[in-house]
Order: sequence, then C-alpha cells, then structure tokens
Amino acid sequence: MADRQRAGSRVVAGGNRRSRILGGGGAGRSTLIAAVSTVAFFGLLALVVTSSPGWPEVREQFFDWEIFKESLRDIGPKLLVNIRIFLIAEVFILVFGLTIAILRSLPGPVFFPVRLLMVVYADFFRGVPTILVIYLFGFGVPALAISGVPRSEFFWGVVALVLVYSAYVSEVYRAGIESVHPSQEAAARSLGLSRAKAMRFVVLPQAVRRVIPPLLNDFIGLQKDTALVALIGPVEAFRQSQIEVAANFDYTPYFATALLFVALTIPMARFTDWLVARERRRRR
Amino acid sequence: MSAVELHGVRKSFGEEEVLHGIDLEVEEHQVLCLIGASGSGKSTLLRCINLLEPIDEGRILVGGEEVTADGVDADRVRRGIGIVFQAYNLFPHMTVLRNVTLAPREVLGKSKAEAEVEALELLGRFGLAERAGDYPDRLSGGQQQRVAIVRALAMRPHLMLLDEVTSALDPELVGEVLNVIRELAAGGMTMLIATHEMGFAREIANRVCFLDGGVILEQGPPEQIFSAPKEPRTRQFLQRIVDAGRL
Repeated sequence: MADRQRAGSRVVAGGNRRSRILGGGGAGRSTLIAAVSTVAFFGLLALVVTSSPGWPEVREQFFDWEIFKESLRDIGPKLLVNIRIFLIAEVFILVFGLTIAILRSLPGPVFFPVRLLMVVYADFFRGVPTILVIYLFGFGVPALAISGVPRSEFFWGVVALVLVYSAYVSEVYRAGIESVHPSQEAAARSLGLSRAKAMRFVVLPQAVRRVIPPLLNDFIGLQKDTALVALIGPVEAFRQSQIEVAANFDYTPYFATALLFVALTIPMARFTDWLVARERRRRR
Repeated sequence: MSAVELHGVRKSFGEEEVLHGIDLEVEEHQVLCLIGASGSGKSTLLRCINLLEPIDEGRILVGGEEVTADGVDADRVRRGIGIVFQAYNLFPHMTVLRNVTLAPREVLGKSKAEAEVEALELLGRFGLAERAGDYPDRLSGGQQQRVAIVRALAMRPHLMLLDEVTSALDPELVGEVLNVIRELAAGGMTMLIATHEMGFAREIANRVCFLDGGVILEQGPPEQIFSAPKEPRTRQFLQRIVDAGRL
C-alpha cells in the first residue's frame, strides 16, 4: 500500500515537472505549442546565422567535418590528461575543503587565529584569478630550485587547482554545516557525545548530504578549469586543440574540444540529479 | 542527598536575564513538574542543569557533585542525564536503532551487538521494536517522541529532564507519550518535567513549581498548587488554563 502510494506520488511529481517545463495547460495542447515554438525559435536562429554574410567562411573555419573527425582522434586521448588532473585534484579538494570548513567552525576565543587564517585563505584563493595561481605555482615554485621539490608542471597545476577549489568547496561545506539546526548538536551533546563526535556522527553526515549538488556544481567548474593547466606546459585536450588549430589554420578543433568538455560535464550533471532524486526517495 | 540542587542560579541571554536566582531541590526518585507560561524560563532551567547552557551565577549540584564548578567534564555529566526535547530532535539520517545505539557505542564504548540488544529490548518495552529499522520521518510524532525517550534511556541516566515533550504532538498522540513517562515514574526515575499538561502534572508530580518571569513564585505538592494556590499570579495562570479548557 505504502509502496503504491509512493510510486503514485512519483508519477505525479514527474508529471508536474514535465508540465512546468512545458508551461502548464492541457498536456496535448501544450506539447504541441512547445514543439511549434521550439522549431520556430531554433529555425529562426539557424536562418539568422546561416544567412549572415560571414557564414560560409565561419562554417569552413569552425565546422569542417573532416578536420573535426581528425582532430577528435588526436584530442580525445588528451582529454584523459584533463580527467586525471580532475580526479586527483578532486580527492584533495574534498579533504582540504572539509578540513578548512571544520577549522573555521571551531568555537571559542582560543581558536581565533585558526579561524582568522582560514578566512584569509578562503578570501585570498577565491579572490585571485585561477590562472594567476597556476602561473605563480607552475613557474614560481619550480624556479626556486629547492631540492626535493617536484618540478613537474602537471604537479604544480594540480596543486594550484586544489588550493583554489578548496577555498570554494570549504564555503560550500560551511554552508552545509551551518544549515544543520543547532538542536541536532544539542541533542548529540546532551547524550554525552564530545563536540568532535557530535560533528562527525550527527552534523557532518547531514551537512554533506545537503551540499552534494552545489559541491558537484563546483566540480563541473573544476573540470573546465583543468584546461588552464595547459598554460604552464602539460599537453591536455585544450593545448592539443591549439596545436591542431595551428597545424590546419582552422578553428574546428576548438569546436571539437568544446564538445568533449560538454560530454564530460553531462554525466556529472545527471549524476547530481540522480543523487538528489535518490536521497528524496529514501527519505520519503 | 538530593538528585539535583540549584542555588541562586542566574542566566542571561545578552541583556535579558531569564533566570533571576533559582533555588530548587529534587530528591531522588521524585518527579518535579515545572509549570508556567511560555518564556517563564522552564526550558532554560532544564538546559542549564545538563550544561547545554552555561549559567552566569549560582551553583548546580547533580548527585551531590557541583557540575557548574570549573574544570568539570561536561560530557561526563551529560552522560548521566537524559533530556528529551519538545521537537524530538532525532537524528534524521539514522535509523531508529542507530539513533538509540549511537551514544552507548560512541560514548560508553559498547560493542555494536551489545548496544543493539539493549536498544531492541528498550524499544520493545515501549512498543517500538518493529520500527527499529525505520528512519524517523516515517514515524508518527508520538512514536518519534517515544524513540527520543528511549534514546535518552539507553544511556541508563539517573535523571531525566523532559522539556514540554508533548507540546508538539497532535492531541490524540499525547497519551502514548504520557504513558511512557508514567511508566518511568513508576520505575522510580528522578524527573524534572516542564509541561503544559496540567492534568498530567497534577497526577504524576510529587511537587509542582510555578515559574513566573524567571523566578519560582510558588511550589508545593500538586494538590496545594492546583487547588489552593497562594500567589495571585499562580491563580491567574491556572485560571487561564481552566478557561482554555486544558484542566
């Protein structure tokens, strides 16, 4: 009985979502209107673009099918470099971001310097353009020539991204921690749990669950920003597309790279939706 | 030795003093009911006793130990005091069983198996055994509040503080929670109960305290407070309750 009700309400919810996108009204009629309006809109847009005076040239320079296929073959494998940067950075960002958020939420006057340091950190790395941080670390630190310090641009590119994105992610975590009602911590503490254990078992699990969608949103940003690491050396998808562009005197490889990055983003976006939906189902 | 003693307890939130010097004593195995209007300081008083709120002045003794002294480990004090809140405050991301076993495992260091056996026994005693695997939001308000009581009892407290535990419940669910409290009282549990259920207070309390504006204006056995209150403010308060049809 309860299952049937749940299934029923899911169907209703799905129906609501569809009609919201379509703008409400009778289902058949609104679908028709949506279809006509979509065709008209995109048709008009295509007409404007393709009838513009520069279109033949642009089509050749940006949408050359042969070059597209060829460059995709070369750029595709390089996207693995982006994915590697992304995956390595992500692990550290999750850990550092959480650490910063927790340090920043430490109570009492004793921890003031710690909190201050974390605020300065978050402000600094959110304020400085990512590309500058990458340059500073990619060119600056290896130039110091300290023995034992890695000289790989790949390494320092990842470090720069971790520093910048940990600042963003710490704010996301912090918002999550603050969104958990104080009565939850009060309940945990009144059972005799220490502050640390109340945080670990009661506050953080709820906070993290709530911030998964914005967290993944930041990671979509990170996926794109892996291209910035190219500017200090490593040949990844974007750098490779620059090479292809220079070799062909044609911009189609940029278009191909753009599509590759979008293709990378879509699974992440859908994964986020799926997580949110699963959480909602479980809690119903 | 008294289970709880308060001497000249004062507590302010910012500029506003909500407890103006409270003196109170509860003997072991006694039930004390705190009555009074909202904002009279009942909840604050309870939260001060288990050190959720630091007091500004005065002393609080629990089981003879001054818990408000410097250097007292608040976590250890809270271990022995169960508190149940108006809004249940169950952990929504945990099953009922996990809610109940969390503190015994993490604070008392019990094994998972041992904690679960004890939790299931307690849940069974209060008719909640079959809800052990559910998440709190699948339970009725009355069930949630009973789970909250079981969660507190799982720490084997020697003192229970109940903070308007039926105020958030639909009227038809109040009875099942009150029955649990009756059972605790029958078992000899020392309790401080802040409540708006005057009929219940009259029935279960050994002593009733009327709080008004942060002071204990009048206290005594329930018959005296409810039938022959001395203070005009107490009479006024009870009259309003009678007028509202709640006594």
